Amino acid sequence: MHEISIKITINGKTYEKNIKPNLLLIDFLRDEIGLTGSHIGCDTSQCGACMVLHNDSGIKACSILVAQLNDKKITTIEHLQKNDVLHPMQEAFRNNHGLQCGFCTPGMIISAISLVKENNNPNEEEIRKYLEGNLCRCTGYQNIVKSIEEGANKMRELGDI
Amino acid sequence: MYQFNFHSPKNIDDAINIYNSCEDPKFLAGGMTLLASMKQRLIAPSDLIDLRAINNLSEIILNKNTIKIGALCSHYKIASNNIIASKINKMIKLASGIGDPAVRNMGTIGGSLANSDPAADWPAAILALKCNIITNNRSISSNEIFTNMFETCLDESEIITELDIEIPEFFNYVKFPNPASRYAIVGVAIAKYENKVSVAISGASHTPFIAKELSEALTLNFSNNIPLKTIPSDGLNQDIHATSEYRANLIDVLTKDALKAY
Ligand SMILES: Cc1cc2nc3c(=O)[nH]c(=O)nc-3n(C[C@H](O)[C@H](O)[C@H](O)COP(=O)(O)OP(=O)(O)OC[C@H]3O[C@@H](n4cnc5c(N)ncnc54)[C@H](O)[C@@H]3O)c2cc1C
Ligand code: FES
Ligand code: FES
Repeated sequence: MHEISIKITINGKTYEKNIKPNLLLIDFLRDEIGLTGSHIGCDTSQCGACMVLHNDSGIKACSILVAQLNDKKITTIEHLQKNDVLHPMQEAFRNNHGLQCGFCTPGMIISAISLVKENNNPNEEEIRKYLEGNLCRCTGYQNIVKSIEEGANKMRELGDI
Repeated sequence: MYQFNFHSPKNIDDAINIYNSCEDPKFLAGGMTLLASMKQRLIAPSDLIDLRAINNLSEIILNKNTIKIGALCSHYKIASNNIIASKINKMIKLASGIGDPAVRNMGTIGGSLANSDPAADWPAAILALKCNIITNNRSISSNEIFTNMFETCLDESEIITELDIEIPEFFNYVKFPNPASRYAIVGVAIAKYENKVSVAISGASHTPFIAKELSEALTLNFSNNIPLKTIPSDGLNQDIHATSEYRANLIDVLTKDALKAY
């Protein structure tokens, strides 16, 4: 099989590499460049633990090849915090106890940001619907929804929409 | 996932030439179905030919009484399109009911039709609508494309480029979703034109199909007073999610539900 050369920007840093075409984005992030914040929670594209941002929209890094992202930009959970200050959505999860074990949390936060970029004032029902692709085995979702309500308000106040 | 070669052609002709020069190639659109099956090693193509770099396959255009939807339009793009919202509004609900937001960002309408999953949503809708599926070399009427479970009449190297949908007087699609995947346990699509109504069913059989008696009854009298139990439960799907009797009953329930929007 032929390796292909790609250029991909992750968290502001550009990587030009020869890769095997069957390299999934999640494996590239976790195994090749050491960004282990995005998790792998299933092999059926259903849990959302692997979600990352592409053009402000959440995508599942377990279900896309690096080869499909030539010249594209990706943001992962590691790049949300700026100068040691948490992103307002991260801060909101912390304030509202929006996590227990934390396994689903990177995907939840990415998904929540993707939601606010689409709809800057989501109500509870819209938040719950948007989380269809993010599974949490611990929290029962109540505090996740509360966190996202607060995070959305803060993002709106800061004009980050 | 097994190894394969990867190509990203810039136009349809190149895509087909590459296809013809490879041993066991597959076209790749959103990958939401194809990559998942490759990860599970259910299939092992020698080559993937990415269609997403080809221009002009993801436009939505209004022409008098038809709408053209490019095959590479994502479910999300369709769900947030103004032409669709104003002309076939309930398609927004269909598109935003597929899977979850991340699946809708990547998955495409062309991929969904080519894949012909009996429980998928677009196939039933397209079957009910007056629609031509345009490929690189012909136009196929929507009532001819789905031939069997995960099978279509497309040739191996044929690429769906767009759908050409005649705008109906009324359209609705209602599904009873599997709570985990959101695929339809049963879904009902109704499209009403001046002199013809079609009701198409997803999730209940090995392919989406037209409910003939329901379509005829609604063509004569477009009301909620539909004939019941016109589809025998024998032969309908039966699995851990629902018995065939349950599915047969859902067809009536969802048809009535879908008509409420009229
Ligand atoms: C978690 C999850 C939930 C889902 N829930 C639903 C749901 O509720 N309802 C639903 O309908 N679907 C659902 N899907 C499927 C989803 O809609 C897929 O996007 C769709 O079935 C395939 O589209 P794709 O663009 O991803 O195609 P791909 O996976 O890229 O391709 C699928 C097949 O179609 C072929 N193909 C793709 N494009 C073309 C083309 N233009 N011409 C010719 N052949 C082509 C490919 O070669 C391949 O064989 C779900 C998927 C996932 C992962
Ligand atoms: S790992 Fe579960 S959706 Fe990606
Ligand atoms: S906090 Fe444990 S899976 Fe969500």
